[in-house]
Amino acid sequence: MRLTALAVAVLILALVLHAPGAVHAFSADEALDDPAQETRALKLHDELRCPVCQGQAISDSNAELARDLRRIVRERIAAGDSDDAVFDYLTDRYSDFILLRPRVKPANYVLWFGPVLVFVAGAGGLWFFIVRRRKRGAESAPAPLSEDERNQVESMSRDDVG
Amino acid sequence: MTQQNGDPPTDEMREETAAPRRRLVFILVPAAFAVLAAVLAWQLLTGTPDKIPSALIDKSIPQFDLQPIPGWDKGLASADIERGGVSLVNVFASWCGPCRVEHPLLMDIAAQDLLPIWGLNYKDQPKDAASWLQQLGDPFTQIGSDLSGRVGINWGVYGVPETFVIDGQGRIVYKHIGVLTRRDWDEKLLPLIENLGG
Repeated sequence: MRLTALAVAVLILALVLHAPGAVHAFSADEALDDPAQETRALKLHDELRCPVCQGQAISDSNAELARDLRRIVRERIAAGDSDDAVFDYLTDRYSDFILLRPRVKPANYVLWFGPVLVFVAGAGGLWFFIVRRRKRGAESAPAPLSEDERNQVESMSRDDVG
Repeated sequence: MTQQNGDPPTDEMREETAAPRRRLVFILVPAAFAVLAAVLAWQLLTGTPDKIPSALIDKSIPQFDLQPIPGWDKGLASADIERGGVSLVNVFASWCGPCRVEHPLLMDIAAQDLLPIWGLNYKDQPKDAASWLQQLGDPFTQIGSDLSGRVGINWGVYGVPETFVIDGQGRIVYKHIGVLTRRDWDEKLLPLIENLGG
């Protein structure tokens, strides 16, 4: 029992030490002199997928290509490129695949708006269903009694009592 | 129960008109789900996520001018490729194990003298590349030494080996990622090259 607890503790410690935040420490990149530009570069690094280790952003990857790409992003920014121009530069070479956040363009509309559409359709369907059910509930209530019928009921209940 | 004009419809009547539509919904919704699930499963099981589609297909080759490997007299420039007609561009490195696997095939293609094979020596130590080629043979028409890997990045290279097919106008028509096997050559590249008139 105590051994299990120890194993769990070791495992947790190992996971903490390998937390994603710690990975940045490995990349011995040369930062840009301008802090504002460096901040932009780091933000873009998080938005770009490493083509080699595809689950990771180039900011998180130790692959050599990721390091080269980080350097290219810095170079483009230092050369005065806008964020979009940097993305264009890389998609020209590595296709949209390199973007972790797909662009909003016709080919990606299904991706971006599909879930919203499904949600709206589902919510609409549910609303329709509920309204119809409620309306049916109201309709199936018995029609109000006519004068004759009411008299009849009254006489019957009087009979009962009597 | 008799029906008279003006009576509200009974439950039975309403059920009769609603039933076919409801049955349609019960069929359509699961059918739509099944189609979606099938498409996703197909992509999941047959997709090759490790093969990134090239952004350069049908585009002109990127411009570059690279130094030779020491001991070789010519480097490689984009102008050489543009002048060379239908050709192959092979990205290789001595540190790349799979490159060694496909190397005999490249030697074989070179021996048939079908078309130029341009070599892009990617992020390699020039002396390592030289001894690698001396040991295994040199299938390349000309080789450029891409020390920084910058030319490779312009070609969208993300792993070696990669092999590009270039048409007579200096455009990239096909990119093969990974080891080029005899089967890839026979079934894909060679027919393509014959089509291009190479």
